[in-house]
Amino acid sequence: MAPVIEAVGLTKKFGTTTALDGLDLTVHEGEVHGFLGPNGAGKSTTIRVLLGLLRTDGGTVTLLGRDPWADATELHRQLAYVPGDVVLWPNLTGGEVIDLLGRLRGGIDEGRRAELLEAFELDPTKKGRSYSKGNRQKVALVAAFASDVPLLVLDEPTSGLDPLMEKVFQEHLARVRAEGRTVLLSSHILSEVETAADRVSIVRAGRIVDSGTLADLRHLTRTSISASLARPLAGSEAGGWPGVDSAREDRDRIVLSVETSAVGDVLQRLGAHGIEALTCQPPTLEELFLSQYRDTLTDPAPREEVPA
Amino acid sequence: MTSLAGTGTLLRLAWRRDRWIVVASVLALVATAYGSMAATLDLYPSDAAAASGASAMVDNPSLTALYGPLPSATVAGIGVLKTVMMGSLATAFLAFALVRRHTRSEEEDGRLELLAAGVVGRRAPLAAAFALASLTVLATGLLSALSLLATGVDAVGSFALGAVEVVAGLVMTGVTAVAVQLTSTTRGAGGIAIGVLGLAFVIRATADTATGAGQDLAWLSFLGWAEKVSPYGANRLWLVVPAVVATALLLAVADALLHRRDLGSGLWAARPGPARGAARLGTPYGLAWRLQRGSLLGWTIGYAVLGLVIGNIASSVDQIADSPDVEEMLRKMSGGQGSLLDAFFGTELRFLAVGAAAYGIATALRLRSEENAGRGEIVLATPVSRWRWLASHLVIAGAGSVWLLAVVGVAAGVAAGSVSTTGVAELLPAALATAPAVLVCVGLTLLLFGLVPRLSTAAWAVLAEFVVLGEFGALLSLPGWALGLSPFDHLGSLPGGDPNAAGLVGLLVVAALVAAVGATAFRRRDLAT
Repeated sequence: MAPVIEAVGLTKKFGTTTALDGLDLTVHEGEVHGFLGPNGAGKSTTIRVLLGLLRTDGGTVTLLGRDPWADATELHRQLAYVPGDVVLWPNLTGGEVIDLLGRLRGGIDEGRRAELLEAFELDPTKKGRSYSKGNRQKVALVAAFASDVPLLVLDEPTSGLDPLMEKVFQEHLARVRAEGRTVLLSSHILSEVETAADRVSIVRAGRIVDSGTLADLRHLTRTSISASLARPLAGSEAGGWPGVDSAREDRDRIVLSVETSAVGDVLQRLGAHGIEALTCQPPTLEELFLSQYRDTLTDPAPREEVPA
Repeated sequence: MTSLAGTGTLLRLAWRRDRWIVVASVLALVATAYGSMAATLDLYPSDAAAASGASAMVDNPSLTALYGPLPSATVAGIGVLKTVMMGSLATAFLAFALVRRHTRSEEEDGRLELLAAGVVGRRAPLAAAFALASLTVLATGLLSALSLLATGVDAVGSFALGAVEVVAGLVMTGVTAVAVQLTSTTRGAGGIAIGVLGLAFVIRATADTATGAGQDLAWLSFLGWAEKVSPYGANRLWLVVPAVVATALLLAVADALLHRRDLGSGLWAARPGPARGAARLGTPYGLAWRLQRGSLLGWTIGYAVLGLVIGNIASSVDQIADSPDVEEMLRKMSGGQGSLLDAFFGTELRFLAVGAAAYGIATALRLRSEENAGRGEIVLATPVSRWRWLASHLVIAGAGSVWLLAVVGVAAGVAAGSVSTTGVAELLPAALATAPAVLVCVGLTLLLFGLVPRLSTAAWAVLAEFVVLGEFGALLSLPGWALGLSPFDHLGSLPGGDPNAAGLVGLLVVAALVAAVGATAFRRRDLAT
């Protein structure tokens, strides 16, 4: 089956700034695809290209098998979009905007609309100007989740939501996934992608630097082990064990960064020193993300000039 | 006074943001005062020559309602007749716009919060806004006075004209300072302040056309105070004193209100609205109508009133234009055919056509503000094509401005029909015949929006250019092709003359062409993000 979103070698320049620099992105049907990157990496630009709001300067892109620039209107019947910074009409109420967007998309699920309003604790009678950022975000989220469309494009959808509301968002995201709909979820909040995403693409400086399932990507990273030992162990000694990336002493504990495949061996060696307390953290996307981002700090990738 | 901390910084920020618009507005007001005086001095060589024209003006209630009583039957008095009231209104509006922009708008958009968290006292934003507005008003008054001196007229009267503008502008600064404390919305504050200005205008218009004791009503209106300064007549410069006192009192009230409310809120709580969207709101046209209907309603009321006032002047046009020079001026401006009354209406309708074009431009520019704010993106990410989104606002801009012309044609026709032989049958077609030029202006706005979106607001400069060509082009003896750059130059001479059908069709073709190019360019360009 053809992917829902397929972009190959996308480039986009704004004047002399290169926003997208040969970006590849593949999103399959029915998956929640995490689109991760620091601010300014090109996430929103990519999304706007996918929505046909921006033209590309190079590369090819298809959405549901069609050209998002030429067939924008037709494609928009099949998707709902939540922008990163939702701006509402100051004199329209939230309820009016939800109905407007729902009708423009060709109808709204009444039952779900009511359910979502309650779940997100959103007052639909307030005017756009009096909503906080979080509440404006909720208006767009309710409109998107209540639309019966196969594709959801969410650009940092939880920015401004409190942790309680983020949980509500995760619940509805899970439901959308269970229904077999496709979601492109951009974020720099890594935990939110970690719980929800089937696959992840990491974007940096307009390029995808890594893409795959979370399991795929975790192979690239280290498990963090922190142990309190009966018989002291020098950091320098542990650092020499196979599979140990780094080791340091932290007061009475020793903290190791270990290749995931070598965790078993390392635990045995630690056992020989008498483990009194142990915490073992799986690699988080945070680390994954930092390892990608660290590269830009130490080794700035040379920018290729793209002919206009 | 820590509550004023940061005032200086805020004032510099305000000046940094608004310096060009403030300078341009002040210069425009000064130029109008000067131009009006200079043209009158050209028209009447002596006070004696002015007397006959003046007598007709004194007798005409519509003119008095619009401009106030003639300060004196001298050339200089006639020269400032329009400037007194129109200059007062314009200065008051400028003061209002500046105060509101730097208080309530900043609060509503949340920018003030950013500043208020820094070392900025509670009173500082209002103090800075007041300082900017009052300095602007003082500069307007002073420069207007100096510009009139340059024409060689009486010095005291010239400074009195400056005082007129200062009185109106200063009090309006205070009125706006109070209004922005009352509601939590920019729009609501604007409604209150402009409502007070409108009330002040109506009170003095009623008083000026009343007889006997009713005339004293004018003292209740600060626009009444402004006109009572009476430059080149009574020269009551001392009226600045009550204006300053009133402004101080209004500021004290605003200050008291300021301490009784939270940042971001008004004294009056915002009311909730409907929880569901009406069925009409489900299309881009429904949305555009919802966003634009209030403004169209306001313009419609304004144009209906203007139409009635202008129509009513028909009874005394022959007297006003007693002088052959005035008659020639009217004929030149209106296309030069038909009776004197026709020439008068032709002139007025052209002015109103420029106003309708302003409505059309403002309405079409909504496209740009929607795009810039990111609200265009929300709509265009639904199955609404770029064409439909454009059309939704453009239909209102085009049809709305033609509607305004129809309203003024009918209103003027009804009013004139009761006092003269000219009625709706003449004035409605004449008003509608200006529509092609108006539509060219709307089309040019779309052209800018599509091709060079960042310069969309240059549509205002284009309109201003057309007005300058129309007003001063002939005076400056510009060649025909230069005058022809303005679409308003190609209108026929209705009522009473040749409609210039070929010219009107040509204008419609131009309007359609530029609009089509603009729309195509918009379809092909990136949306601003």
